[in-house]
Amino acid sequence: MKRRTALKLATALAAMSIAGASFAEGTITFGAVGPKTGPLAGGAVVTHFPNIQLWKEEVNARGGLNVGGEMMMIEVIEYDDQTNPAETIKAVTRLATQDNADFILAPYSTGLNLAAAPIFDRLGYPQITSTATTDQAEALHAQFDNIFFTLGTNSDIVGDAVKILSDLRDAGEIGNRIAMVNVADAFGIELAAAAKPAFLAAGFELVYETSYPLGTPDLSPIMKAAKAAEPDAFVAWSYPPDTFGLTEQAIIEELDVKVFYTAVATAFPAFGDRFGAAAEGIMGIGGVNTASPEFQDYAARHLEVTGQAPDYWASGMMYATLQIYEQAIEATGTLDREVITQYIKDNAFETVMGTIDFDENNNNNEFWTVGQWQDGEFKGLASTGREGAVEPILKSGWE
Amino acid sequence: MDIIITGLLLSGTYALIAMGLNLQYGVARIMNLANGEMLVVGGFAAFILFTGGGVSPLLTLFLVAPVAFFLNWLIYRIMLRPLVNRAKSRGALEQDAILTTFGLSFVMVGLMIWGFGGDYFNYSFLSRPIVIFGDNFGLNRVVAFVCAVALCAALYLWLNHSRAGMAIRAVAVSPESARLVGIDVPKLSARAFALGGAVTAVGGVIISTFLTLDASIGVLFTMKALIIVIMGGVGDVRGTIIAALILGVGETLVATFIDPGLTLAAAYAMFILILLFRPQGLFGRRPT
Amino acid sequence: MTPNYGKELSAGAVLLIIAALLPFASDGYMLSIGVSIAMYTVLATSWALFSGPTHYISLATAAFFGVGTYVTGAGIDLLPYWVLLPLAALVGGVLAAVVGLATLRLSGVYFVIFTLGLAEMIRQCVTWFQNQQGHKGTYVLTDLTEAHIYWQLVGLAALVYLIGWLIQHSRLGFALRIIGDDEQVAAHSGINTSLSKVALFIVSGAVAAVVGAIIAPRYVYIEPAIAFNPMLSFQVVIMALLGGTGRLWGPLVGVIPFTFLWEVISASFPNQTTLLLGLSFLIIVYLLPKGFVGLLQKIRAKTGGFA
Repeated sequence: MKRRTALKLATALAAMSIAGASFAEGTITFGAVGPKTGPLAGGAVVTHFPNIQLWKEEVNARGGLNVGGEMMMIEVIEYDDQTNPAETIKAVTRLATQDNADFILAPYSTGLNLAAAPIFDRLGYPQITSTATTDQAEALHAQFDNIFFTLGTNSDIVGDAVKILSDLRDAGEIGNRIAMVNVADAFGIELAAAAKPAFLAAGFELVYETSYPLGTPDLSPIMKAAKAAEPDAFVAWSYPPDTFGLTEQAIIEELDVKVFYTAVATAFPAFGDRFGAAAEGIMGIGGVNTASPEFQDYAARHLEVTGQAPDYWASGMMYATLQIYEQAIEATGTLDREVITQYIKDNAFETVMGTIDFDENNNNNEFWTVGQWQDGEFKGLASTGREGAVEPILKSGWE
Repeated sequence: MDIIITGLLLSGTYALIAMGLNLQYGVARIMNLANGEMLVVGGFAAFILFTGGGVSPLLTLFLVAPVAFFLNWLIYRIMLRPLVNRAKSRGALEQDAILTTFGLSFVMVGLMIWGFGGDYFNYSFLSRPIVIFGDNFGLNRVVAFVCAVALCAALYLWLNHSRAGMAIRAVAVSPESARLVGIDVPKLSARAFALGGAVTAVGGVIISTFLTLDASIGVLFTMKALIIVIMGGVGDVRGTIIAALILGVGETLVATFIDPGLTLAAAYAMFILILLFRPQGLFGRRPT
Repeated sequence: MTPNYGKELSAGAVLLIIAALLPFASDGYMLSIGVSIAMYTVLATSWALFSGPTHYISLATAAFFGVGTYVTGAGIDLLPYWVLLPLAALVGGVLAAVVGLATLRLSGVYFVIFTLGLAEMIRQCVTWFQNQQGHKGTYVLTDLTEAHIYWQLVGLAALVYLIGWLIQHSRLGFALRIIGDDEQVAAHSGINTSLSKVALFIVSGAVAAVVGAIIAPRYVYIEPAIAFNPMLSFQVVIMALLGGTGRLWGPLVGVIPFTFLWEVISASFPNQTTLLLGLSFLIIVYLLPKGFVGLLQKIRAKTGGFA
């Protein structure tokens, strides 16, 4: 029995080492981990993986990256973490120790990125996140020196939404009454907790306020109650399935508001496709400068190579983190991770999202916070220092 | 009034989710953990035909039903029959069924992702308001409710008033006695399983008109269906309908009068309470 | 059997020491697999302590695990870490006691789905409560490394095995075996079936809660969807059943090959991981009707040797 078990174990290990065989010289190996299955897969297949494919094909098409005079091709090893932090940790470790990846791209979502942070830190890999938002950047930086945040902080995302509404009210465009709902999962709870005092401090009245569980099959009681409260603005800190669900219910209930805001997935092209003209004027989390030639060019290439359009929020940021690697590697002419990490901390980078320059907490301070569907595009309305913001328009009906 | 209607509409959804599993578990004795995936497959079919060819989901129903019936019949014959034959007791079959259908659910998720990717999918079908007693309701949900009622009524009548239905009910009550009176139990079990799968897939087609789905979401429906079937009592269509009604109306009441944040908590609390007072479910028979 | 006691215990101790040495021999990769194995071993073994003899399949593991995770998540800034583990055990144990007492009348599939519903209800209540509090995100930032977490899990595994071993050799174990064979007989022969079952359920609930409490620092950021992931409950059941629940070491021989299989598939086929995992489940179920324990016993019977 012992022999057989040993044999089985050996086969398993052999299979693993084949999978982990390193690639030929002259290539740079990037590891990529993200959910291809599980609850977050629906977002990762829009925002995360297509950018990796795009970037790899582009760089290799022009002969690879110039590393100190040698042109090196890019090789990507992808793993599915099944939206399970234990799998993320295993996959990152596997990439570092078995596949000898030169770099490991940050995982997808706040939770999975933070679960992987101790491993990135211990193994000495930079972790440039593009799909994590946190207010704890300082504390996290103190603990994990090599983690970078690009997508912004929850407090700014909330703060700018409150500001846009305040400005509209002060201009006399909307009234004082807000209905606010949130999905009862970490992200929604955090944003709602930040938004409530901010709205009240700005002098708004919360006429309806509630949460609903992730996976609620019928959101109509919420929309009915919100409608009954006669709000001037409707704000939802929502997740993808309920972003679609709430919008559909608003159409059915003919919710008459001047501002309609939903969070994650409002910036997905699928949202615009799904609601068409009814999407016009809907606000949401994120945004980009759709008028910038860099973004337009990126979006066109994204569509051509991957067959799908990028979203109007984190997609561009994901691609920007890849450009940061690209520029850091070519500028330093090395694959030495310590040198690269230091270079990223010390320098600014030109990306499809504009210039990215990390502060002393490895935080990118210039990011989009609020966007709005206007003329079939989700355009940035507010940002912390980015150019190209457009003026908000009022929501007028659902036709 | 609008609360009751909203609750009824939701009950219809729940009945669609759970009815198929009730047949599969009640008659064929297979606790099918891949039930939710079959539902998503139905939704996928509706989505692809609608966005690709503009085919109305209401027509897709009639295509999906026979295909799903055949597919589930194959699954039962190839995968589950050997387990039934080798199982020494009801408990052993239950364990094997859990393991197998759990594996099957992974396989189905994997196939869907392989074939169609893991994106969210939804489409706009009849998503416009209809006014009933002065309140707005989604037309797609109303249509879904009508379909659910038709489906439940058809199943109920068929099970109670046709020869084949009687035989199936006999198997549900007692496979041993059914065999004694000359009913071909294995054949009927396969048919009941296939029928259950077809009902679930049809439910998926209808549900996809108003819910956003993705390849990995099946497990949520499986869990809901398990809860409803057990709450109503295994092997009785009436039980499932009543349980769906209790959950649908109950959740809507809680959402309206207490807090929408507690709807799911309340649903599970109702389920737990009912089991505490009726351990065999609403219409279940006491285990002998 | 008495002469074997010393032998069994010392064999266990040796294996334990070998297991505890892993972090010194590994580059981190085997350690991350080791953490998985240790975690699932503890969960599946404690699950089987209850479900093996009683044949009650519980899907509540995720509830206890999640509650434990939140004990650490909520308490890490208030209490020293070492206090949190017994606290998690206490909370998990009390919860299990309440559930156990409430579910005595349920049997078969009704019990299975009841536990599933219960786990979901607890998750819903925890999230709702957090939402009411206006929560600002649960971060668990500690200095604990993979190795620390691994050692804690191995230590907990040792404890679980010791408890299991003690139960097997006690009146309770004897009573449980009779309940498993025939509950009626057990009741007639004066065994307090309810008390025995609840006692074991408490053990498995408390252990799962402690596992959650230990794992929380590994996840850093605690989300309800991850802490209460229902897949965990299913996976624990699958692993324990694949191993075999008749023996104390049964779940272990399910967890180890299963974890390696999982690893090989995730590493080699990242795009078809789920599909191939599902297929391999099916193959295992058909080829090994009695689990890995059955396989090992068959091999032992053939070779006639000791193993």
